[in-house]
Amino acid sequence: MKLGPIPAPRTPTQPDLRVEKRIPLIREEPNRFADRGFEFLMLACGLSLLVIVGLTIYELVDKSHLSLQQFGWRFFTGSNWDPVAGDFGALPFIYGTVVSSLVALVIAVPLAVGTAVFTTEMCPKPLRGPISFLTELLAAIPSVVYGLWAIFVLAPLLRNYVEPFLAKYFGWTGLFSGPPFGIGMLAAGVILAVMIVPIISSITREVLVAVPQTQREAALALGATRWEMIRIAVLRNARAGILGAIILGLGRALGETMTVTMVIGNRPEIAKSLFAPGYTMASVIANEFTEATGDLYLSALVHIALGLFLVTIIVNALAQLLIWTVTRGAPSRANA
Amino acid sequence: MPKRSIRYWWRELADRAATALAVLAVVLVLLPLGAVFTYLVMKGIGSLNWAFLTQTPKPVGESGGGMANAIVGSGIILAIASAIGVPLGIGSGIYLAEYGRGRFGDVLRFTADVLNGVPSIVVGIVVYGLVVVTQKHFSAFAGGIALGIMMIPTISRATEEVLLMVPNNIREAALGLGISRWRSTLSITLRTAYSGVITGVMLAFARVAGETAPLLFTAFGNQFWSLKPNQPTAALPLQIFVYAISPFDEWHRLAWAGALVLIALIMIAVTAVRVVAARGMLKGTA
Amino acid sequence: MGVGIEVASLNAWFGATQALYDIDMKVAANHATAIIGPSGCGKSTFIRCLNRMHETIPGTRVEGRVTIGERNIYNGTSAVEVRRRIGMVFQKPNPFPTMSIYDNVAAGLKLNGFSGGRKLDEIVERSLKQAALWDEVKNDLKKKSGASLSGGQQQRLCIARALAVEPEVMLMDEPASALDPISTSKIEELIFQLKEQYTIVIVTHNMQQAARVAEFTGFFLMGKLIEFDTTQKIFTTPSDKRTEDYITGRFG
Repeated sequence: MKLGPIPAPRTPTQPDLRVEKRIPLIREEPNRFADRGFEFLMLACGLSLLVIVGLTIYELVDKSHLSLQQFGWRFFTGSNWDPVAGDFGALPFIYGTVVSSLVALVIAVPLAVGTAVFTTEMCPKPLRGPISFLTELLAAIPSVVYGLWAIFVLAPLLRNYVEPFLAKYFGWTGLFSGPPFGIGMLAAGVILAVMIVPIISSITREVLVAVPQTQREAALALGATRWEMIRIAVLRNARAGILGAIILGLGRALGETMTVTMVIGNRPEIAKSLFAPGYTMASVIANEFTEATGDLYLSALVHIALGLFLVTIIVNALAQLLIWTVTRGAPSRANA
Repeated sequence: MPKRSIRYWWRELADRAATALAVLAVVLVLLPLGAVFTYLVMKGIGSLNWAFLTQTPKPVGESGGGMANAIVGSGIILAIASAIGVPLGIGSGIYLAEYGRGRFGDVLRFTADVLNGVPSIVVGIVVYGLVVVTQKHFSAFAGGIALGIMMIPTISRATEEVLLMVPNNIREAALGLGISRWRSTLSITLRTAYSGVITGVMLAFARVAGETAPLLFTAFGNQFWSLKPNQPTAALPLQIFVYAISPFDEWHRLAWAGALVLIALIMIAVTAVRVVAARGMLKGTA
Repeated sequence: MGVGIEVASLNAWFGATQALYDIDMKVAANHATAIIGPSGCGKSTFIRCLNRMHETIPGTRVEGRVTIGERNIYNGTSAVEVRRRIGMVFQKPNPFPTMSIYDNVAAGLKLNGFSGGRKLDEIVERSLKQAALWDEVKNDLKKKSGASLSGGQQQRLCIARALAVEPEVMLMDEPASALDPISTSKIEELIFQLKEQYTIVIVTHNMQQAARVAEFTGFFLMGKLIEFDTTQKIFTTPSDKRTEDYITGRFG
């Protein structure tokens, strides 16, 4: 091993530790307190989250106190909503919320998952960006605009074409009976579906992208067609995440207020037919809160809000857990 | 070549059918998008004139008038919301990314996700109880607080995400120069992630700009000019809602125009986000 | 203008794992000292203890004395102040991506409260000249971002940035290992010139580089300093068998 020429050191055995006088260029002394203070300030910002959630729980429990005392658990099983008589039962709203959300899911899930599968597995590269941008655009439309469109375009459409069609061919199921108003449970379910497709789709896309490429390659190497590869290698692996995406969409549907209020008909009744008007937990609050006379009335409405709050938290937490198992940690925005 | 079996054709068919269904799904999803925009333009563009943008609503029965007070009112409410939501959101994001990598950080992160999922009407009720009842009147201030609260978790998570993407060797370089931690976090790390933070803020802004439910019992709405933040204030989404469910055709017409304006403003924000993000990415690549 | 470094009984840990065992070393002022050894021997950890960067990793611990000039940096001095007097160049060039070349070089000064105005221009120019980068970038100082330069240029930018605060010691952790041979030789030339004014400690896994550049060399193995002597002695007649085995390529 040939070494290059080595310069002769000045004092080989006695290291030179001399010190020259140095004029410091920087005047400012490092301030230890500034660092601590900054960290504390940032912590305070973070704590605001806890404070807000704490205040929310406190407010909801406090303001619903009267109703909690008066009705307790019966509140959610009683089906009589009678402000005049002072008797409040929230079952019709639970029914309305559940049914409208279920209808929305039935419509939205195949569409959203189909779109996600298309954009990640089947779509030619140049189209990916535009399609995902457009799906994101759906999410950007405010609920009141969807509601406006639903009242004046969707409802007449349902009333004049879709509902008669459904009544004629599927009326035997009992789901499509009664006069077709257009406005009602079906309208609410359809417009909710449109609104939750973007969120289910984007999370599903993230989850599909997280499936390692090696899985796809293994399936293809075995001679699978593209659809078989998607079914075996991708969808199966991403199952938990997709379920999480669906539950997240459900959470969104449960809490959606304005659009539903505008097309569901606002009648606290439990009816089998999807043509009938209904009422959801969120919309009864929106409609009646400012008109509520008397403390018990107000308290009952806040009681509903408390129930809604708890349900959405549980649903969302479950969804996050499922999604986390597939993507392992903070999911980043799905890139085109 | 061996003769192809029925099984093979069947699998081919399934593959083709799956692709066709997926394409159908995309079409069905994008259809309402097209429909909403088309109708908005069709029904709204006619009513969009200078009067609409500068006048307040006329009494029932009279034609004309506009939503100027609602547009301005929304502006005031959103300004208050941003003043609350942006600093707290970015601050939380900085904490989570730079200081909160342990258990406590996980708790905060979970709380942010929980808060994100709370229905906006519940936020409205909470702010009603805390602010409106205490003040004994509705106000833009209360509306701003409600929307600001909704901005915090979104901005916080987006900021955290983007700060974590700043490579650690940049932080090391700053530390090696003897720059104190707080200066380095603000002037180096945050600055590197700047465009991503802006993106997060604008997305949160666009989201709350269209929110109606939390304003129902906080800002409440107003038929007249409401420039002082301490009184009931008109807001664009609120006004659209009230007009849409009213029985008057004239108000329906105004609702369409208002919706068109609202969408236009939000779309500008969303596209601006994409532009800033794209430019930021090109600049920041090492 | 450089100062000497005296290291006495330096021990360092990553959590429960000990990484450095009782290191004693005297680094000569205004000379270049190379630290060599196989992967994982603790050379990076050692150099990072010299400017208190090791403790920025959570769970780490340092014991012992490191005296730079006349000050024991582990006794009372704030870590931030220590790092202002010692410059560091890292393995992978890390210019600040959103800042221009000018701002990169000035970063150490501006963000530490320097308020010089015109003097800043002089300092930036001087630092870039010292780093042999001035001619290549003098027209684009404020227009180009730090990240738009080539790898070798970026590393010289990082050196300029470190020099701008006028440190007394320059620590270099494998500064050329991520660079191509031409950039590497430019950096080595640079070190040769810099040691007139600064005390340089350079970690390298490339023995020929140590031989080319440094007057003194320390050989580390498994967290211990096996041998420390003039580069000439280490590479021709090492005292310890392990040093000889490493030099001749028997391991590492």
